[in-house]
Amino acid sequence: MRITCPLCGARDHREFTYKGAALPVPALDSGVAEWDAHVHLRENPAGPHEELWQHAMGCGAWLKVRRNTVSHEILAVELAQDAGLVIKEDRS
Amino acid sequence: MGFSGKFSGWRVLKEGLTGNKGWTAHWRDPEPKREYDVVIVGGGGHGLATAYYLAKEHGLRNIAVLEKGYIGGGNVGRNTTIVRANYYLPGNSEFYSHSLKLWEGMEQDLNYNAMMSQRGILNVFHNDGQRDAAVRRANSIINQGDDAEILYRDQLKKLVPFLNYDNNRFPIMGALLQRRAGTARHDAVAWGFARGADQYGVDLIQNCEVTGIDVEGGKVTGVQTARGPIKAKKVALAAAGRSGQVAAMAGLTLPIESHVLQAFVSEGLKPVIDHVITFAAGHLYISQSDKGGLVFGGNLDFYSSYAARGNLPTQEHVMEAITAMVPAVTKARLLRSWGGIMDMTPDGSPIIDTTPIDGLYLNAGWCYGGFKATPASGDCFAHLIATGRPHEAATRFKLDRFRSGYGLMDEEGTGAQHNLH
Amino acid sequence: MRIAGKGLVSHNRTVNFSFNGKDYMGLEGDTLASALLANDVHLVGRSFKYHRPRGILTAGSEEPNALVSTGKGAARDPNIRATQQELFEGLAAQSQNCWPSVERDVMAVNDLAAPFLGAGFYYKTFMWPAPLWEKLYEPIIRRAAGLGALSGAANKDPYEKAFAFCDLLVIGSGPAGLMAALTAGRAGADVILAEDDSRMGGRLLAEVEEVDGKPVHVWVAEALAELEAMDNVRLMPRTAVTGVYDHGTYSALERVSHHLPPSQSLKTAHRPRECFWRIAAKASVLAAGAIERPIAFRNNDRPGIMMAGAVRAYLNRWGVAPGERITVFANNDDAHRTARDLVAEGVHVTAVIDSRHDAPDSGEFPVIKGAMICDSAGRHRLESVTIRSVNGEEKLQTDCLAVSGGWNPSVHLTCHMGARPEWNRELAAFLPKPDAVPGMVVAGAANGVFSTYGALQDGAQAAITALAGIGTSVDAVPLPEASDAPYRISPLWAVPGKGRAWLDFQNDVTVKDVAQAARENFRSVEHMKRYTTQGMATDQGKNSNVAALAVLADATGRSIAETGVTTFRPPFVPTSIAAMGAGAEDQGFMPQRYLTSHKASLQRGAANIEVGLWYRASYFAKDGESTWRQSCDREVTMVRNAVGVCDVSTLGKIDIQGPDAAKLLDLVYTNLFSTLKLGRVRYGLMLREDGFVMDDGTTARLGENHYVMTTTTAAAGQVMAHLEYLTQVVRPDFDVRFTSVTDQWAQFSVAGPKARDLIDALVDEDVNSETFPFMACGAITVSGVAGRLFRISFSGEHAYEIAVPARYGEALYRLLLERADPLGGGPYGMEALNVLRIEKGFITHSEINGTVTAFDLGMQGLVSKKKSCWGKALSERDGLMDDDRMRLVGLKPVGAMQALSAGAHLFDPDATVERVNDLGYVTSVGFSPTLGHMIGLAMLSGGPDRMGDTIRLVDHTRGIDTLCEVVNPVFFDPEGGRVRG
Repeated sequence: MRITCPLCGARDHREFTYKGAALPVPALDSGVAEWDAHVHLRENPAGPHEELWQHAMGCGAWLKVRRNTVSHEILAVELAQDAGLVIKEDRS
Repeated sequence: MGFSGKFSGWRVLKEGLTGNKGWTAHWRDPEPKREYDVVIVGGGGHGLATAYYLAKEHGLRNIAVLEKGYIGGGNVGRNTTIVRANYYLPGNSEFYSHSLKLWEGMEQDLNYNAMMSQRGILNVFHNDGQRDAAVRRANSIINQGDDAEILYRDQLKKLVPFLNYDNNRFPIMGALLQRRAGTARHDAVAWGFARGADQYGVDLIQNCEVTGIDVEGGKVTGVQTARGPIKAKKVALAAAGRSGQVAAMAGLTLPIESHVLQAFVSEGLKPVIDHVITFAAGHLYISQSDKGGLVFGGNLDFYSSYAARGNLPTQEHVMEAITAMVPAVTKARLLRSWGGIMDMTPDGSPIIDTTPIDGLYLNAGWCYGGFKATPASGDCFAHLIATGRPHEAATRFKLDRFRSGYGLMDEEGTGAQHNLH
Repeated sequence: MRIAGKGLVSHNRTVNFSFNGKDYMGLEGDTLASALLANDVHLVGRSFKYHRPRGILTAGSEEPNALVSTGKGAARDPNIRATQQELFEGLAAQSQNCWPSVERDVMAVNDLAAPFLGAGFYYKTFMWPAPLWEKLYEPIIRRAAGLGALSGAANKDPYEKAFAFCDLLVIGSGPAGLMAALTAGRAGADVILAEDDSRMGGRLLAEVEEVDGKPVHVWVAEALAELEAMDNVRLMPRTAVTGVYDHGTYSALERVSHHLPPSQSLKTAHRPRECFWRIAAKASVLAAGAIERPIAFRNNDRPGIMMAGAVRAYLNRWGVAPGERITVFANNDDAHRTARDLVAEGVHVTAVIDSRHDAPDSGEFPVIKGAMICDSAGRHRLESVTIRSVNGEEKLQTDCLAVSGGWNPSVHLTCHMGARPEWNRELAAFLPKPDAVPGMVVAGAANGVFSTYGALQDGAQAAITALAGIGTSVDAVPLPEASDAPYRISPLWAVPGKGRAWLDFQNDVTVKDVAQAARENFRSVEHMKRYTTQGMATDQGKNSNVAALAVLADATGRSIAETGVTTFRPPFVPTSIAAMGAGAEDQGFMPQRYLTSHKASLQRGAANIEVGLWYRASYFAKDGESTWRQSCDREVTMVRNAVGVCDVSTLGKIDIQGPDAAKLLDLVYTNLFSTLKLGRVRYGLMLREDGFVMDDGTTARLGENHYVMTTTTAAAGQVMAHLEYLTQVVRPDFDVRFTSVTDQWAQFSVAGPKARDLIDALVDEDVNSETFPFMACGAITVSGVAGRLFRISFSGEHAYEIAVPARYGEALYRLLLERADPLGGGPYGMEALNVLRIEKGFITHSEINGTVTAFDLGMQGLVSKKKSCWGKALSERDGLMDDDRMRLVGLKPVGAMQALSAGAHLFDPDATVERVNDLGYVTSVGFSPTLGHMIGLAMLSGGPDRMGDTIRLVDHTRGIDTLCEVVNPVFFDPEGGRVRG
């Protein structure tokens, strides 16, 4: 697999680490149910999937990658900092 | 005895003398009926074993196993064939202990030689920390009533002299040995349970993909399939690798992510490795099949996938681990590599449980422990389906444990990220 | 039999070699197989199951029969294809899977028992009595199985791995591949041309025909010369592309020095034996050709029965006639060329037996149409065949049979990403599915285009198409003139009749086995394969799979297209573990990280241990100390009474700066850091998102917006990635920057009652309780070098950690030891460090093992109620706050047996020792010389509620069964007076 890091260009995937589904982060104080869903439950689609990778052996950038889990085709890559996954405000 | 008759050495001799004309189908290929008491989704090892034990232990007969492709074509047909009971956390301990006992009588029970070979498994450790973890594990296993021994360097060297003990990035200190562990011929396990279930009248329906799960008023009523609708009082999901998709048909979201695990086999060679050996330093396990091929594997490919094929970095890492630990076998040539799709859960342990939908049962999340679990998974799932209560060896495989925090079974302590187990 | 002057071998350069201990002579340019055939050696091996005599079948890497072992001692290489092994002076090869010799193999008795050893027989027997499987049956089966044998010694040969990049990877150098490379090369594209064979040219090397008005091998030589002259083209002979992976990644195996005598290769000439390539190609042309397939008939497996294309290759490329009276059996026109070429060289062709009634006639040799061969005879070498025609059956004396059942395009690589090939009725073959691999275009015989002209044209077009796909437009190049003969075939898979007709020659799978599998309802092609082992031999069915599934289709009444194929998997050719694992031998498996103090430590008698990637001093043996315990006890006592020095640079160090640095620390740590004063250090605990403890460590505030975080050695990478996650994904709005400075700073712990004396005398600044109280930090200078000083302690003693840029690390370490010695101090290692921290109840990753919470560690007080933090939500799950969870306690022995043991489990004294009564386990133990007895830390169910209780400790593996008292985990100086003093 080769992933095109927006900062570094196309690189072999051995430079990257994978975290999992790219999901919006709940507020820190939003409680067990929401965090349980965020951390544990997965749509786990067979097809296009938005996921988080880090260019760990490169520039260190976290990336949101849209990738087909059946063909492995990479449909889009963007810096995670621009992907709008940011944590929600605490309720309190 | 059923359709294919009783198997024995005498029968092999007799058929051999008469041109092997007397062998018949190991199982039927029936047309699906309109309705069953229990429909099992997935004709892999666990689904077939579930059908077998439902019939044998609970007297049910009106059962169908629906398989998308050919029976035994999932992970039971693409693994590294290891059977062991060397887990250490409550839940896994008693379950895999139960499984190993079932393995030990399975071939006679099924009248099918699955070549269960109790050749022993060695978990090699390299430093004090790993040694202490191995001791903790060994004590857990013994407390559970199974066998475990700690071998230190010199004892290990006598047993497996060909490892790289000294000039190794991580010198070998010792190993945890479980002698009753070993390997089995994976396909034969699926075929044995299939033939056994068939003999009890279970309908094994191949090329029958389930496309929908019918739920009315919170209760399951049947399934939609590629071969038409089938009514069922109970529907049991045993579709590892596709658990998420199948459960989604009933509106369930599971704590499961699908990942590829690769496995490898070398060309056939004269016997060199007599045990199953795993290495703590490099995510490697290796054994040698009765045909002579070295069978080995390592870690996941780490990204979500349904592609059932692996990537090069993982392959190379596995070969590097062999090169470091077992340089005496590196002239062997890799013959074939393949990938299976694993249901990875947040704690690396499985789920055998009821679901919020009445009559819908879930067997999933086997990560890469599925093959060794086959008989116990079938037995315990059958018990749950037939009685509504968990089997005493599988009380902790709860679907809601991640939310409650009770009874998590994270054997590797790597946390809730699905791919890290 | 060699034909003088014929072929591409050097007839005037002889090469001596031996086979099964007997000396022979071959020619430069020979393979082992061609040289053996030239010497009239046909029996080369034995089959897997029945130990039937086996001869050379093919002329390529797909060879299933002629597998031999080469090399001696640790260099022995099993399962070498004789058809691929180039001859070199002194080559010694042996047959495999036979004893005592390939001529007289006692295991051939299996063949007599064949009626009882058919498909899947072992699933039906050997079940009673159960213990006999491991004791009797399995050992017999295992011994009989396998082909070659490993030497048993560690492989000491050198191997390499490499990366390569190109615009266009051309796989195969036959007519299609050469034209593709010429087209792309002339257009200036970066081209890699990879060829499995030692010599480029593919099938063209094996034919007699003209291209561009020249003999074909002259055209090939000219094309190669042109390619070689191009800077943008890299020719890679002896390189098999083994796998296709995502996004244009290909793997390839180069046999770098298999063709050289050991003296000219390997270490002496710095040549690896093999090199494993990872090729990133923007596009590729697959021109891998086709593999000829046999026809199954009774006893079709005898030595002397070969593929028709291989016979032609041995004749035209190597100048060898594999027999004196050669017969051809075919269902297609192509095989007639074999007869024609043989006759042209004066070799006697008895007849061409063609199953087609409309087969072409020849004036040069008899053609028997509508006929089949239905049996053969000859023990170690073919002696005769039986022909069945309209005139009945007739025996024909012949010593070589050239068989062709048609050609299978080499579609394998097109299937590595999951595609399945498609059946083509006209060609009676599977063709690649279009666009099966993104960026790959298939050309020539691999694409079902069998004529030379067709392949040239297809190859040129493929390069144009492939390059257009990456946005490079290329002009068409003129095509040379060449033969464009049509490929005519009528399918014939198996000749009907009694007896055993082989499909898989190596695994001994016959037509009967496949039919029996179908009868037993192993009707899926995957079931048939797995039940019969068809296609599971070293050729992975390259020679046999298509015929086998045609037989299965026939047995199950389905078409071949409906029956389908099994899955093609990498690698295309078997690839040594050594090549794919190159670089990992000995110390190469993982990087080695050394401390700046490494050399100085060794000089002080350090015994080193691996700690992750690092090497650290375990203990420092002094004269008279014969066990590690003696050294450890002395070092602990030294720290408690004087001063000890320990290199702690392995701890992760992260330099954090920016206006929002404190906010980041408040997010990541459970406790408050925004209140940390300048010049102070605080201990912190961080959680994973699932609420379990990720790591602990101290963070120092060095400036207004400047902090240095330390992590444990084990979690340094994980914590760094975590901070990057938090700042890039969760809070990209934070104005903060950080970087790992673990390697930039050498840091030493100086601990003990005399630590201040040492430090104060060493650094330029005054160090006292005013300037550096407990948990203070600040800049200092040591002999003019700017450094940092932290008043922190992992031993419970008055202690400092002093840090300097890593280049001064060794000097500082030596200086510290020099100053410590007169104070009665010295270095201490990991063993003493461990005892010191257990005495204080400090935790490491023995306790923070990924399954414990702050609550379990008794650190719930460190989880601030004033703020939220990462992981807090899930740490508050009911199950993680349950009093019965295993929680941290201290243990000390009571009673006679004074042993504690890490990994032991804990029970109530009156409970039976079984899992259901298991209360916990021991995480860390050590002998405390300070207290004079063993101490331990443990995770115990409801632990803090059991203080003072007696608990039973059982370690079956060490034979320990003893009683302990549950105590506070802080064994020594619980008031903390020493650390503050």
